[in-house]
Amino acid sequence: MGILEVKNVGKRFGGLQALSDVNLSVRENSVHAIIGPNGAGKSTLLNCLVGKLIPDTGSVMFDGQSVLGRAPYEINQMGISRVFQTPEIFGDLTVLENMMIPCFAKRDGAFELNAISAIPAQRDIMEQAEHMLEDMNMADKRHMHAAAMSRGDKRRLEIGMCLSQQPRLLLLDEPTAGMARADTNNTIDLLKQISDERDITIAIIEHDMHVVFSLADRITVLAQGTPLVEDDPQNIKGNPKVREAYLGESA
Amino acid sequence: MDAIILQILNGLDKGSAYALIALGLTLIFGTLGVVNFAHGALFMIGAFCAVTLSRILTLSHTIIDETKTDFLGNPLKVDVPYVHDIFGVAAGNVIIDWAVPLAILFAIPVMIAVGVIMERGLIKHFYKRPHADQILVTFGLAIVLQEVIKYFYGANPIPTPAPEAFKGSFDFGAAVGFDPNLIIYPYWRIIYFFFATLIIGGVFAFLQFTTFGMVVRAGMADRETVGLLGINIDKRFTIMFGIAAAVAGLAGVMYTPINSPNYHMGMDFLVLSFVVVVVGGMGSLPGAVLAGFLLGVLESFASMREVIDIIPGINQIIIYLVAIIILLTRPRGLMGRKGVMED
Amino acid sequence: MFKLEKTDQTLLIVVGILTLFAPFILNPFPEGSAMAQFNAGYPDLMQRFVIFGIFAIGFNILFGLTGYLSFGHAAFLGVGSYAAVWMFKLLSMNVIPAIILSVVVAGLFSLLIGFISLRRSGIYFSILTLAFAQMMFALAYSVLTPITGGETGLQLALDDPRIFGASQTPEGNIPVPGLFGLEMRDSFDLVMGSWVFTFNIGYYFCAMVMIASFYLAIRIFRSPFGLMLRAVKSNQQRMNYTGLNTRPYTLAAFVISGMYAGLAGGLMASMDPLAGAERMQWTASGEVVLMTILGGAGTLIGPVLGAGFIKYFENIFSKINSTILHEWFAFLPDGLEDFIVAILYPFIGKGWHLTLGILFMMVVIFLPGGLVEGGQRIRSWLQKRKSEKNTPNGSTEPAE
Repeated sequence: MGILEVKNVGKRFGGLQALSDVNLSVRENSVHAIIGPNGAGKSTLLNCLVGKLIPDTGSVMFDGQSVLGRAPYEINQMGISRVFQTPEIFGDLTVLENMMIPCFAKRDGAFELNAISAIPAQRDIMEQAEHMLEDMNMADKRHMHAAAMSRGDKRRLEIGMCLSQQPRLLLLDEPTAGMARADTNNTIDLLKQISDERDITIAIIEHDMHVVFSLADRITVLAQGTPLVEDDPQNIKGNPKVREAYLGESA
Repeated sequence: MDAIILQILNGLDKGSAYALIALGLTLIFGTLGVVNFAHGALFMIGAFCAVTLSRILTLSHTIIDETKTDFLGNPLKVDVPYVHDIFGVAAGNVIIDWAVPLAILFAIPVMIAVGVIMERGLIKHFYKRPHADQILVTFGLAIVLQEVIKYFYGANPIPTPAPEAFKGSFDFGAAVGFDPNLIIYPYWRIIYFFFATLIIGGVFAFLQFTTFGMVVRAGMADRETVGLLGINIDKRFTIMFGIAAAVAGLAGVMYTPINSPNYHMGMDFLVLSFVVVVVGGMGSLPGAVLAGFLLGVLESFASMREVIDIIPGINQIIIYLVAIIILLTRPRGLMGRKGVMED
Repeated sequence: MFKLEKTDQTLLIVVGILTLFAPFILNPFPEGSAMAQFNAGYPDLMQRFVIFGIFAIGFNILFGLTGYLSFGHAAFLGVGSYAAVWMFKLLSMNVIPAIILSVVVAGLFSLLIGFISLRRSGIYFSILTLAFAQMMFALAYSVLTPITGGETGLQLALDDPRIFGASQTPEGNIPVPGLFGLEMRDSFDLVMGSWVFTFNIGYYFCAMVMIASFYLAIRIFRSPFGLMLRAVKSNQQRMNYTGLNTRPYTLAAFVISGMYAGLAGGLMASMDPLAGAERMQWTASGEVVLMTILGGAGTLIGPVLGAGFIKYFENIFSKINSTILHEWFAFLPDGLEDFIVAILYPFIGKGWHLTLGILFMMVVIFLPGGLVEGGQRIRSWLQKRKSEKNTPNGSTEPAE
């Protein structure tokens, strides 16, 4: 029984069957990659997991509880954090403030009318945020406007924000898309480190095979809205079906 | 039955004005992606084009008429409009009488110029700014425009009558077989309705059947792709803004005999026009027209004594009420496209 | 971080001192001098400064922090006024219960309207608030006349019950609003040479309330709640995916700012016990938008500055007429004098709205941070100039 269990999920947009009969099981504390050619339904699947879309059929269970019909913030409070393809951070706020917000969300829940006490008085939050900034090697940038940072730093910040919620499952949507090689390698190292040091499950949607094979313990190949195979990385590499799916894409 | 027809007719002229303003508003929004709070001011400027023309036409010089004397026996001073000198007395009087319809010709170049200057000088710089900034800067512009008009024309409404030939009313009821005097409708309002239909038809035909219109419609659907095709979409959008300004202006010109123009009429119509656009669906041209007429007629029905007796005050709030209900149940408005202004 | 708190403290103290000494500061010109007409230190105007300051501070909590642009906030000010006048009619002329009811009623209205309007964002939110406010205005003007007094407005009468007070004074007049025996309209004139300074009880009452409101606003800005509101403005998507529900945050901000508006309305009625529907019209909502943006949306002091600026212009600048202009430029040759007066005339006196509109546009275009940003830019420019001046002299002082 995995921490995330997707069963028979289907989703239709008008005449397009975006997902059909998707089954997926993500084991606790593993790194699970979902790969597939363009239009395979990777993003649709991800959106079904985080509450942005509601699948037409099937079930999505996280740690034995259904996530279907819940709002994104409720699903996040259950322990799923999401990293976006283009970093979604609070551009108008400082890096430290960015890091404090998920700490508040973890401590106080989805809403707390804490309108009178001063932020510096929240010692525990300040400590957590500072600590995470150090973990992410960004302590020197704490008073910088988040929007002014490089893309690589934004990505780091976003991952740090997700981690400071201590999620049980971290979902990453093509975290290295559009990055230079050096930034990509840094991100791979960071994710490896996270997966080694923390008690966390990572599910990653990725295009870049280098990233996938550097990180994943388990891979699901998605093609035309349905899983082709689910296997260990070394078996995926040699699988003729997978080759066909990718060759079919480039042809 | 007759009461219902009367209310529909009564709603049409106001609905026409709503539809015309909303059409320009949604055209600007759809093409340029700009929320223009100064659009009501364009309507107001149009109305003052009519006032200006009628003042120009009645410009006079004073002569002393030796043949007539006042009660003291002095020769009488008479103001003679210059148009009398140019066209003769009879033709001159006709021209003065027809000032409002003639103002259409006067208003078109003026309004296009105003629109183009506005777009090039100000709006252009706000394409990439948030909608809130666009609202604020055009709101400021609207204040400036109305204050300029107030400075030159004063704060009081200026009566600007329709030509003599269109004064009076038409017994619509009698014409379609009801008892006489049941459904009386002023001629000018009929004219206004037909004029509005003509303009709306013209705009649609222009967008539908000309290459220019095709490019603009393509631009409304997907601005970036059209830009990639190497078509200078910006220039076309500038012209589109001029046209939208002209449509609002003409709506204002022809509205002057119905309501004497004053400097704040733009703001009064602006709020309602925005509600109309939102009800119709941001960026939808047919939606704006449909919603304009619909709300005009609804408003007129809500003013019926029978309705007010049941729900007091409904005539005052019906438009807002409909807007709130539509916005909450159909966020895209009656005919709005997906993905427009949704976050 | 403690430094930040210190700057806020300084700001609060400065605002406090300025408001308390306003009767002096606003009356710099001796009585009877040519410049006396620019004195703004009369009670009526000073009250308006601080009341609109409160209104704008509250509006800024919504717009400045969350970015939600409401075009209907005047409606809450209006209901606040009505509530206060009703309290004067039914209960007593004490301003405290009246103001409490204003805030509560405005809070209830904003809870309802905010709950519905906040289901949409962006321009749709603006239009919804506009529609609600216009609806309330139209109803207050027509069918609700028994409650609102319709066109004439809601006024006190000699036969009002006033359970805990007298319907009439012994002289047979309508009593005036007061605070435990202190009448709001009472003033004390201090004559110093040719200067006259007026200290008005109503003004000081409003000033105290404004300082308290300003203090509360600082606390809100610096609180975790304030941080969340700024996060809403910055990125709602990230909020949602960080496990935060944006709706209650924005609603709370909406209600708080609605209550500020109600407080302003209640104070307005306490100074002059009368409430009219025109206070609720959308152009009145537009005014508070102007104040907040002009001063600097999202800054603490901006809205107060903006409110003071606009009210000063409305009341003082608008009094300048062409005779005064001619006096000012009398030193110029006649032709030039007439020319300059002719150019300036449309922008002053009755034309001050034009100046305001132009100024507002300039701020939106060039100074999105309003007067506060303008001040900061001038300061940094001066500092830069100073440091440039120092460098050629061989000074080794680091430019700070």
